[in-house]
Amino acid sequence: MKSITVVGASLAGLYAARALRTQGFDGRLVIVGDEHHHPYDRPPLSKGFLTGATDQGQLALVDADDTADLYAEWYLGTRATALDAAGGTVLLDGDRSLDTDAVVIATGATPRLLPGPEPGEPAHTGVHTLRTLNDAQALRDDLARGPARVVVIGGGFIGAEVASSCAMLGHDVTVVEAAPLPLVPQLGDDMAKVCAGLHADHGVTLVAGTGVAGLQGGRGYSDHPDSPDRVTGVELTDGRLLPADVVVVGIGVRPSTDWLEDSGLLLKDGVVCDAGCVSSLPNVVAVGDVARVDGHRAEHWTSATEQAGVAVQNLLAGGTVATHRNLPYFWSDQYGVRIQFAGRRLPTDIPRIVEGSAEDRSFLACYERDGQTTAVLAVNRPRPFTRWRRELMRST
Amino acid sequence: MITVCLIDDLPPGESIRVTDGVPAPVAVFHTEEGEIYAIDDTCTHQDASLSDGFLEGCFVECPLHEAFFDLRSGRPTCPPAKQPVRTHQVSVESGRVLLHVSVAEPA
Repeated sequence: MKSITVVGASLAGLYAARALRTQGFDGRLVIVGDEHHHPYDRPPLSKGFLTGATDQGQLALVDADDTADLYAEWYLGTRATALDAAGGTVLLDGDRSLDTDAVVIATGATPRLLPGPEPGEPAHTGVHTLRTLNDAQALRDDLARGPARVVVIGGGFIGAEVASSCAMLGHDVTVVEAAPLPLVPQLGDDMAKVCAGLHADHGVTLVAGTGVAGLQGGRGYSDHPDSPDRVTGVELTDGRLLPADVVVVGIGVRPSTDWLEDSGLLLKDGVVCDAGCVSSLPNVVAVGDVARVDGHRAEHWTSATEQAGVAVQNLLAGGTVATHRNLPYFWSDQYGVRIQFAGRRLPTDIPRIVEGSAEDRSFLACYERDGQTTAVLAVNRPRPFTRWRRELMRST
Repeated sequence: MITVCLIDDLPPGESIRVTDGVPAPVAVFHTEEGEIYAIDDTCTHQDASLSDGFLEGCFVECPLHEAFFDLRSGRPTCPPAKQPVRTHQVSVESGRVLLHVSVAEPA
């Protein structure tokens, strides 16, 4: 194998590139990324980067030494538009192409959008999604215009973190969640209720159980005649209208596989891979948010880093010689509270608080099934959480 | 010099976070092997308290992202952390754990 192309200059893509070099690949390594930035860490974008506590430099995942060690060709600001794996070609925008013997797909995911105004329509200005550094910078700039009424659509972790950051910056924040309660699929009813309570604790309004009917646009913010048209409100399906100067849409993501439509790769809510991150073609592996590994697609930081080593090992071996089964782990920081979760929870598993209390917003809960702990949730209890997570890693 | 606690209150395998009288929080560890180490408490990767981390030999794992730091040198042994944390002198005298905070640059 003389040349390998990593598509996606992301956390997963970077870890795959590193793994290629540490596992002895000494051929041509190309890293293609549609953003102009070298790989950076996304978790702070909804937290410290929005509030200003973290600057862009602190997000960097590589420094000059790291990049030199990789000895890679970087195609940044470049979008891969198609893959011809059999012919050994990755097509790039601008009618360019790369010849390659193998491909690591690490293109991540793209935020879901509300049906409605297209870019350029008045109600579009002031409406944000949050995935990339540029997204976060645009939102940060918008929030810096002055005290705003912020409506966050979607009460998942991204939505909750953005709401928390906006509240910390002094904005008037409302979270709209279509389900009766946010985070139920992740945490179950009881624990989701506790986490939803964090919004009210910090003066943020949670409007749950109602969808969004549409966005209103017009002359927002000021009566100044030169003030540009922008979003002014969010219409709910129950008929209410929430006035809004800034809207953040956090209603999930879809894996970025559009460029693979004609590749012949098996796609189904992601690139379908076996337990070794190998796709339906032996010279193509996938890692991170875009990969459906052994039937599961995880959008977790830790999965992205852990999959890389296994995927690369199999790619270099020409077949699946190693498999990956990590313990799902994610965390969220909101309102100064650290939420950590690890394990595989079924909706029927019963959470039991084993230390602390929900009222104090500091506790550790074990989800149990037939007397066995299947997952663990910690709210402001990092130390026992780590012990439990390790225990679960050993036993599952 | 700061008195952290009595050594009896910091059994092997335990750690304590020091915030009073120090410019930045310090984590003091008593390893299972009986050694005592002190390093800056805040992970250089992202905001996490290393005193909450998992202690394994003379390494501590960041509770958030699994970066490992060598307690002896303050150096991270793997990504995502790249920058070392500062180490501080710590000693036990008359049953008390004493911390001498260094202001030097990390190793």
